[in-house]
Order: sequence, then C-alpha cells, then structure tokens
Amino acid sequence: MKHRYVGRAVPKSDARALTTGKPVYTDDIAPAGCLIVKVLRSPHAHALIEDINTDIAKKVPGIACVLTWKDVPQHRFTMAGQTFPEPSPYDRLILDRRVRFVGDAVAIVAGETEEAVDRALRLVKVKYEVLEPVLDPHTAKDNPILVHPESDWVANCPVGADNKRNLCASGQDGHGDIEAVLATCDVVLERTYHTKANQQAMMETFRTFTQLDAYGRLNVISSTQVPFHVRRILSIALGIPKSKIRVVKPRLGGGFGAKQTVVTEIYPAIVTMKTGRPAKIIYTRYESQIASSPRHEMEVTVRIGAMRDGTIRGIDLYTLSNTGAFGEHGPTTVGLSGHKPIPLYSANQEAYRFRYDVVYTNVMSAGAYRGYGATQGTFAVESIVGELADVLGIDPVELRLKNLTREGQIMPAYYGETANACALDRCVTRVREMIGWDEKVKPRVMPDGKIRAVGMAMAMQGSGISNVDVGSVIIRLSDDGTYNMLIGCTDMGTGCDTILAQMAADCLDCRMEQIAVYASDTDVAPYDSGSYASATTYVTGMACVRACTELREKIVRAGAKHLLLTPDEVEFDGARVYALSDETRAVTLADIAYGAQCGCTEALSATVSHSSPVSPPPFMAGACEIEVDPETGHVELLDYVAAVDCGTPINPALARVQTEGGLVQGIGMALYEDVVYSDKGVDLSNSFMQYKIPSRLDIGKIRVVFESSYEKTGPFGAKSIGEIVINTPSPAIADAVARATGVRVRTLPITAEKIVMGMQEKA
Amino acid sequence: MKISYTLNGRARTDEVDPARPLTEYLRAQGCLSVKRGCETSNCGLCTVLVDGRPVLSCTTLTARINGKSVLTLEGLEDRAAEIGGYLAAQGAEQCGFCSPGLIMNIIAMTDELTDPTEDEIREYLAGNLCRCTGYVSQLRAIRQYLADRKEAEQA
Repeated sequence: MKHRYVGRAVPKSDARALTTGKPVYTDDIAPAGCLIVKVLRSPHAHALIEDINTDIAKKVPGIACVLTWKDVPQHRFTMAGQTFPEPSPYDRLILDRRVRFVGDAVAIVAGETEEAVDRALRLVKVKYEVLEPVLDPHTAKDNPILVHPESDWVANCPVGADNKRNLCASGQDGHGDIEAVLATCDVVLERTYHTKANQQAMMETFRTFTQLDAYGRLNVISSTQVPFHVRRILSIALGIPKSKIRVVKPRLGGGFGAKQTVVTEIYPAIVTMKTGRPAKIIYTRYESQIASSPRHEMEVTVRIGAMRDGTIRGIDLYTLSNTGAFGEHGPTTVGLSGHKPIPLYSANQEAYRFRYDVVYTNVMSAGAYRGYGATQGTFAVESIVGELADVLGIDPVELRLKNLTREGQIMPAYYGETANACALDRCVTRVREMIGWDEKVKPRVMPDGKIRAVGMAMAMQGSGISNVDVGSVIIRLSDDGTYNMLIGCTDMGTGCDTILAQMAADCLDCRMEQIAVYASDTDVAPYDSGSYASATTYVTGMACVRACTELREKIVRAGAKHLLLTPDEVEFDGARVYALSDETRAVTLADIAYGAQCGCTEALSATVSHSSPVSPPPFMAGACEIEVDPETGHVELLDYVAAVDCGTPINPALARVQTEGGLVQGIGMALYEDVVYSDKGVDLSNSFMQYKIPSRLDIGKIRVVFESSYEKTGPFGAKSIGEIVINTPSPAIADAVARATGVRVRTLPITAEKIVMGMQEKA
Repeated sequence: MKISYTLNGRARTDEVDPARPLTEYLRAQGCLSVKRGCETSNCGLCTVLVDGRPVLSCTTLTARINGKSVLTLEGLEDRAAEIGGYLAAQGAEQCGFCSPGLIMNIIAMTDELTDPTEDEIREYLAGNLCRCTGYVSQLRAIRQYLADRKEAEQA
C-alpha cells in the first residue's frame, strides 16, 4: 500500500533551525547569569577522603557554594536511565567519601564566573588515604579489594550482584544440553575475543541547566535521552518528591546511548536546590572523555560446535564485562552479548549456553552505547564463525546461509521468540553480490604489494525492550482542524519527531504541516521510557498509530452528531466527515474542531500508551573490502556494503543516514577507538587528540540497501534501525584482515601494530 | 584590551579580555550558532570566517580579530539555509550540532575552490567531524549543491 508520507524521504521538521544555527540546544537557552558549576575530580583511582577543607575556596569572590560529601544526601542511587526498578544496582552517592576512579567527583563548586570557579577548584584542600585500585577485570571477581564495600549498596533486581565479590551482575541461561551437543560435534572451536571501552563522542558534550520556577519547582533542562528517568533519578538522589521536578529536553547534539545515563544533571540540580539560583554545567570534551558512560569493555569466550558439513549445532558463550566503578547498565548490556548474536544461528541450533560475570573495577563507569552489548557479542560470534569456516574449509557465506535464522523459525536464545519478519538470508545474499564476494574471496596481491581482501558479518538487535518499554502519544484536534501531538520520546538528531508526524499524517489523512509535534517535557508529554533500546520507531510509533486511530473514531462520532447521523453512516477523509449516502452532506474538520470548543463534553483527543510483548529483531549483513599494506599493517577500507532489514523504512533517507552513521561508528570501533588507561588508572584517551574518531578521510565507499520484511506488530510494518547498524564492521573488518594477512585480530581495535606483529610471529 | 572589528557586517568596538577564546566571546555576543565540540582544534564545530578565511574560533584569541571582519552563520543565514536544504534533503544534518561549523566551511570552500573534486571536498572538510552521519550523506548533499550551483551559473 502506498502512503503519502510513510516510506518517503521527508526532511526533518527541525532542519532549517539546525542548519541555520538557531539557538535550540541546552547551552543556547540557558539564562544569562546562571551559576557555572564544575566538579573537582579525584586524581586517584581508589582513595578515601580523609579530610576536605573548603574554607578558602568559599572565600573566592563570586563563589556561591562548594559542596562536599558532607553536604549532600547520603542515600544511594543509580544514574542509569532505566525503567524502575532499575536493574543497575544503587551504588552511587552524589558525592562519596570513597572515590573509585581517576575523575570521580570529590566536590561541586558553583560560582558566578568560570574564572572564579576554576580558582576555587584549585583552593579546595583534600587529604586522601590512597588505596590500591582494582584495575584488571580478570582479577576483580573475589578480589580482596572491594570497589563497593559499603553496607548500603543495594541491587533492586535479582541480577546476580554481590558487592562483596565485586560483582555487579552474574548469571546464566541456556537451552538444551550444550555439553552433550558439543561432545558429539565433529569440530569444536574455542576462542576469546576482547572488545574495549569506546566513547560515544557525540558532538554535544554532556550538559544541563536548572532553575526554580514560579511554583518553586526544580526545572531541569538537559541534553538527555530519558527525561522521565531523569526526573525519577533526581527525585531519589535529592530526596525530593517527583512532583517538585520538571525535566525538559531541548534539541540534542547527539546521544548514542551516552545520554541514557544521568551524567551531569545531578550537579546543577543540587546547586539550585542549595542556592535557589539558576545553575548550569557544560562538560568539556576532556570531562566527557574521562568521567562519562562509555561502552562496556567485554571479553567474550565462545565455544562453537559444528559438523564437517558445516551444520552449527551449539554455541557456548561466556562474557566477562567490565562495568567500571559503578554499575550503570552493567546487568543489562551483558545480556545482549549473548542474546543478540547467538540467535543469528538458530536454524540448526540444538543447544546454547550463555554465562556471564559483570565486575566492578576502578575505572570510569561504563554505560549505554548504541548496540548495548550486542556489538561486543557480535564481534565474538561473527569472528568465530569466520574462524570455523576456515577450519572446515567452507566458504563463510555458505556457512552462514546454511545456519542463519530464517523467517518463521524459533530463536531459543532470543527468549524463544519467532522470527516473524526476517530477511536475513536476503541481506546476506545481497551483500555477497554487492561486494563481489565470489570473485574477491581469494585475497589478491596488488602490483604495489598491498593485499586486498573481503570480509563479512551479520547482526541483529531488538526493537524496544519487550514488556518493559512504554511509548505514549497524546494527539488532539485543535481550533481549525490542525493537530497537536505530544510525545515523550527524545529526538536526538535521529528524526523521530519527524517520522512520528509522518505516521500520524498518514493515519489522519492530513498534511504533515497540520501536525504540531512537541517533545519532550515531563510536565506536558505523556510518559515514555525514552529513546533507547531501538524502541522509538517500533514502540512509540505504534502508540502513535493507535492514538490516531482512536482520535479518528472520535472525530467520526463528533461529525456524525453534527450531521444528525450515526457513526456508521459517515466517513472521514481527513478534511471532512460526510454522509455515505450523500457526499455533499458534510461537516469540515475545522467546524468539528470549533464545535469541540463550544458546549462540548467530549474532548477530541486521544492518549495511548503502548508496550510490546515481543521485540522483533531487525537483521542485517555487512561486507567490506580492505587493502592491507603488509609492510606497515595499515588497513585502508575501500568499500563497505550493508543490507538492512528494519521492516518498513518509515523515512528512507533518515534510515539510510542512521545506517551510514552507525557503520562509521562501527568502523571507528574496529580500527581506531580505544579508551586506554595508564597502570595507575589514568584515562589517557582524554581528548580528540588521543581518542580518534573517523574523519571523512578515513572511510571509503559506503553503500546501503534495504531488504525489507514486514513486521505485523510494528507501525506500518516497521521494526527498528538505530543500534543494529554499529554491529557488523568490527567482525567484518577483522575477517577481511585475517583473509588478507592470516592474522586474526581478536582484541579490538585492529591496529596496524597488531597486524604487523601478528604477521611477524607467523613468519 | 580595546578592539575594533566587523561582526556580520556591522562595525563594532569593544573592551575585551584578549586571551578569551573567540568561541566564548562570539557566543557572548549572541552568535550562538558557534559551537564548541572540543578544546583541541580537532572537531571544526567552532569554525567562523575571519577576513573570509575559515578559522577555528576555539583556539583563536579574541585579540586576533582586531581590525578584522568576522562572519558567523548568523550573518550568512540565506546561504546557510540554501546549503542546509541540501543537507536536509539527505537527512544529513541529523543532530545538527556540527552543522554550523560544517556549513561555514562549505561556504569557505565554495568561495575558494572552483569545481572541487570529491577528494578535494573531503580534504577541505576533513577537519569537520560529525558523529551522526558517517559523512557519506553530507558528501551527496554537497555534490548536489555544487552541481546545482554550477548549473545555475551557466544558465
């Protein structure tokens, strides 16, 4: 079915404001004269504050307050933006006597000028009892040194957490008897893969401003993906009622999961509560690099069992995840490292087992980053499938086609869900053609000695968290036949404000310009979990479809009443309600709308909350061609092709850019990006000088196609796209490097050094 | 320090802290299109034109604009909107935070280079980082903009 807007590359509604530099971001709209807030940070990876003296700092002219652990509420909370009760343990205080990583908050300073605050920061005198840190995740579990020895640490969900063992989470699940299956396989491979912490590196760093409104309520304007979670977390941390807090999200300069953690909000919030004055915090890039919420470093050990003919019968996977000093998203990200890659191979899978430990260490807390554990697990599983293909002497594409999940199959490792909409096989076949796999699968030495080779990987993700995520939409008819749509999800540049309006316009048979979208404000918008977990298109999108359907029914009823007919005697065409028996007998939408403002007792509005019992996975395949210089190990990415099954692409241009952008982040992860610590726990990747994200010179051709399936439980057949797109580059590039050089890099990033050293070892 | 300069076409004289980064100074003058993405001259978000040449305002001292002409996106709204339209058609503005710096540099490139090749475009704009788009949609937009511009000039 052809729609007027869905399926069309409509420009984003905010494009003009964004491209002409209008002041629409948090720092642009912060009131002049608000206090500048900064955080004094620990120079030690692990220490106790023996004494902290703020007397001199407070005397600096212009300083409004200097807060230490003695001045803030002492009940623990988590900064993870998750549905309550959060699976992440309550392990944080706003300021703690114990500091747990280099960069951990020691004191909060607020003042009228940046100069005054900087001066005061230097004048806070801290005496530390320096403790030995736990820096190696391998030795963290059951280490005598505890990152969280405190007695008020609490895990609100049964996630296998134990602070006396440095465990943020642990557990296992499975299906079938994995040991019995592996024992009867012709080939069992075991390999360990290591992915590193990566920074989301959104261009707008973390930032928030706060002020009290006319009712004395705390107003929080923040660059966040999760306004409703921010409200709850601040309420818990500050010990004030939620009714006293309002959270507003302006335009966001990117998020990628970083802003699913409440990284900055608490600091100006407590300053405003203490002083009554507006306050803002703008993280520098340095702070965004050293005290933020990067991807969990994971070490994934996979055992895979197959028969000589390539039948993959079982996967056994163990993940060791490093959550750092705090447990934000620790118990949940790890789950995806098994539950997303293992079900890619459901076709012949007789058994799987997935075990994991998530450990505390004295580095910055990890958090949510696009892919959320699936990225790490996919690197491992897709890499070992490549290695298995080598061992079996089977073409890796054929091996995948023999074992991949097809439409209609049950995925035991994906909560037993059925792949009702799945074009994974088509995706693989398509990228095979696009990259010219069959001609290029044998590496070619070029006349200059460089070697060209191809590599491939598959991936899946989810569409929201089943039975948890809630998306809500309020849509109402306004004066003259236009609509107001209020949503609680958060457009962070992804374009959800636009695509939801596309859906609404098609549901209501109107022009998009007739729909005014507003998001997001916890006082105004209906509850939404927030934009994360690839939920917005699928979950909030369905809320939008349902709300519009409900409003249509109300409009029909109101129109029928005008015409003195029953609802089944009339039809609504988007502009008017008319009698089926006589189309000239009609009432316009504008008249119905004005009628609703005069002597009316039924509001022409609809409010719908939606949640899904399933999380239909988007699927994709990616393939690359690289050129390796065997002298230097330098990898040049010549071509990257991707075929994506996101269900119906609601806006093909935005879906394409999501894919291209995700691929390039994945390429950065594969080749360059690494949060590196010194042996004292100092983050050395503390600027864009050290932490290199891809520039436009670092990428070759990137080609994206859509191989759509139709997801019946999604709006207009849509699933999701935001996260899956980051998952294939690491394994695909590692695969190509292995094919070109014989060196299988199992620890990211795939640097020139690792390749050259590997080649030397082999020689 | 007292400086005289032109901001978006208007002559101004101001008493300034000469060592203040130009980014902060311009934002304080209401030029909020100027964004800061790093402190190390890596991201290109803070690009403005000084005497027609693109500079990174985060590492330019305010004193350096004395006697010069400064253009920010606020002074180039029509050209920004035109280029922005091409970006938006591809969905290539995404979060938009890097758009002002990128568009400033596209304007500088258009003024400096005639008929740049794809490699020249990438080279010229290499200092403008973007984390959302992966750059390819931006390249499509820029090539279309340049092609349409050329066609309009020839017509």
